[in-house]
Amino acid sequence: MTGSAYPGVLGLTAGAVLACAVVTLWRRDLNAIVSALAVQGAALGLTAGVLAAHTRDAGLAVTAVVVLTAKGLVIPGLLRRIVRRDPGSRETAPLVNVPASLLAAAALIVLAYLATGPVITLAPGPASRLVPAGMATVLLGFFMLATRRKAVSQITGLLLVDNGAALATFLLTAGVPLLVEFGASLDVLLVTVVLRVLATTMRARFGPVDLDQLRELHD
Amino acid sequence: MLLYLILAVPVAGAVGAGAAAAAGTPWRRWTGWLAAAANGAVLVIGSALAVWVTQHHPVTAPGGVLRADALSAFMVVVIGAIALLASCQSARYLSDQTARGACSPRHAALYTALVQAFTGCMLIAVLAANLGVMWVAVEATTITTTFLVGHRRTDGALEASWKYMVICSAGIALAFLGTALVYYASLHAAGHPAGSLDWTSLLATAPHLNPAVMRLAMALLVLGYGTKAGLAPMHSWLPDAHSQAPAPVSALMSGVLLTVAFYALLRFKAITDATLGAGYPRALLAAAGLASLAVAASLLLTQRDYKRMLAYHSIEHMGLIALGAAAGSALAIAAVLLHILGHGLAKGVLFLASGEILLAEGTSDIAKVPALLSRRPVLGGIFGFGLVALLGLPPFSLFVSELNMIRAEAAAGLGWAAALALVCMAVIFAAVMTHGRHLLLGDAPPGEQPQATPRIVTVPLTAGLAACVLFGVSAWPLQPLLHAAAQVVAS
Repeated sequence: MTGSAYPGVLGLTAGAVLACAVVTLWRRDLNAIVSALAVQGAALGLTAGVLAAHTRDAGLAVTAVVVLTAKGLVIPGLLRRIVRRDPGSRETAPLVNVPASLLAAAALIVLAYLATGPVITLAPGPASRLVPAGMATVLLGFFMLATRRKAVSQITGLLLVDNGAALATFLLTAGVPLLVEFGASLDVLLVTVVLRVLATTMRARFGPVDLDQLRELHD
Repeated sequence: MLLYLILAVPVAGAVGAGAAAAAGTPWRRWTGWLAAAANGAVLVIGSALAVWVTQHHPVTAPGGVLRADALSAFMVVVIGAIALLASCQSARYLSDQTARGACSPRHAALYTALVQAFTGCMLIAVLAANLGVMWVAVEATTITTTFLVGHRRTDGALEASWKYMVICSAGIALAFLGTALVYYASLHAAGHPAGSLDWTSLLATAPHLNPAVMRLAMALLVLGYGTKAGLAPMHSWLPDAHSQAPAPVSALMSGVLLTVAFYALLRFKAITDATLGAGYPRALLAAAGLASLAVAASLLLTQRDYKRMLAYHSIEHMGLIALGAAAGSALAIAAVLLHILGHGLAKGVLFLASGEILLAEGTSDIAKVPALLSRRPVLGGIFGFGLVALLGLPPFSLFVSELNMIRAEAAAGLGWAAALALVCMAVIFAAVMTHGRHLLLGDAPPGEQPQATPRIVTVPLTAGLAACVLFGVSAWPLQPLLHAAAQVVAS
């Protein structure tokens, strides 16, 4: 892709990744959270696609397709199957309520802009200017991991961290070497599969998986 | 070729056991011994590799994906040694579990396959020439060990494996971002071959990397790999995972996996040192090390479970290693590496002994297992000597390495940190002595005869402790290897 459309389209897809992260913090309905995650995965794949079209990089185009399939379709599909077992399940008791979470999200986004300043200074351009969106998604993911108790929410937090890191990587370097990129995508997929198996086993043992019930281990 | 051979051995073991699991053949004792033989082979080939790279030059495998310098060779030896110890105990754990019906034959074969795959991933991590491949291998260790942590399938084991997977994967994603930032800096550095994450070429261009970007990258890397290495503030998975996993897996995770993750930090530290000077990485590592020591000291006092006690002890030792690496001189790194080996051996022996105690006594509660020395003299003796080794008393190698780390820290202007570390170590010493006294000393209930411990347990464990003593009293055979390995990353 060339010409004046490129920065705009790139901003749109990268911005969508961050927007979906905020949506996962805002909604309590687990189904909606998984949908937001699917949109985010697709937006991430599209970002890689736009970059590939701009740089005419065939390897990156392959990566884009892999990411789009894995993070837009397969992983949300796996999560959807956990959610479907408990219809109407919601994030009932987050440690921090939703309005406060959204305020925290705003603060984290500002923090991400401050932290990534030197990265933009090194090579200013339409892609690197969007790196704060990736960093902000990582921070929102950590926030979600720390404050939400449902198994699905925790997996979502983990995936936010991962998608954010992937977004920043695409924007900065148009993807790390292909071997590493594939390894990373495969790892994320396997992590989700393993967590799904664990969630299913825990559900069979404790009923609907609320991690507050896990109180075996503490000091 | 040697490098591919090292990787082929555990992988062959994993594939063999995996095939047995898939075919549904009943688990047999020899599957376990096959794994032990494979790990023994890794140790032998690793030692040969270590001798070669010390006397000649680093080896690169055809294709350039793998590379071994003295530091990698040293880590291969450590992995081989602890894996050998652990696989002897694995055979015993699996025979016991299958005999009691707690674990199906298929599950036992799967366990063997996963342990071998786990060992293979650690070997790839330390032999990778490319820092991105190293990251993939470290992440893969999380995936292979999660099911192993939950192998006993109790509520606690499930919870521990969940926590382990979520926290470590999130942490390691930060390390990915850090690696990507290093790559980004290298793309914009003069004279760097485009598209390369090779450690040697990154080290060569390190002075031209953008300092501000490397600052952010190193912070993310310390947090990310620090999570896997059990460093505070991302250590909270460690006591759960290490106490719930079967003993041989705990021994591998605590004895080598933590230090493999730390090995990654040593590689990045060498690059950051060349870009930013030693001050910045030193501050990060010293902060992480002191925080870990403080966490271990404050939580060890109240432990009631001997496996958790050992797990917190690992956090302490990772803190000491981080402090030693913060000093960064050749003396400090040599001491850090000796400490990595000594801690691996001693902690491996202790976790394996604790597994045997758990098998025999059926509980891991310190209060319910008194007077081991009079009830099970040999096992209690091994546990006692292991504790003495871990507390850093002579003649064990941890005494020498701790002493040298403190000397190096004082020389590098970190004397104040060493002093704080000594305070924490004194608290930990008192706490472990209290727990150890209860576990080991006291009178057996009247009428109870002392019980023997099978030789399959005592022989490997005694050998592990003996090796720890050997490295503590004699410079041979490690000195040239430690010296060469320390030169690779010393600032």
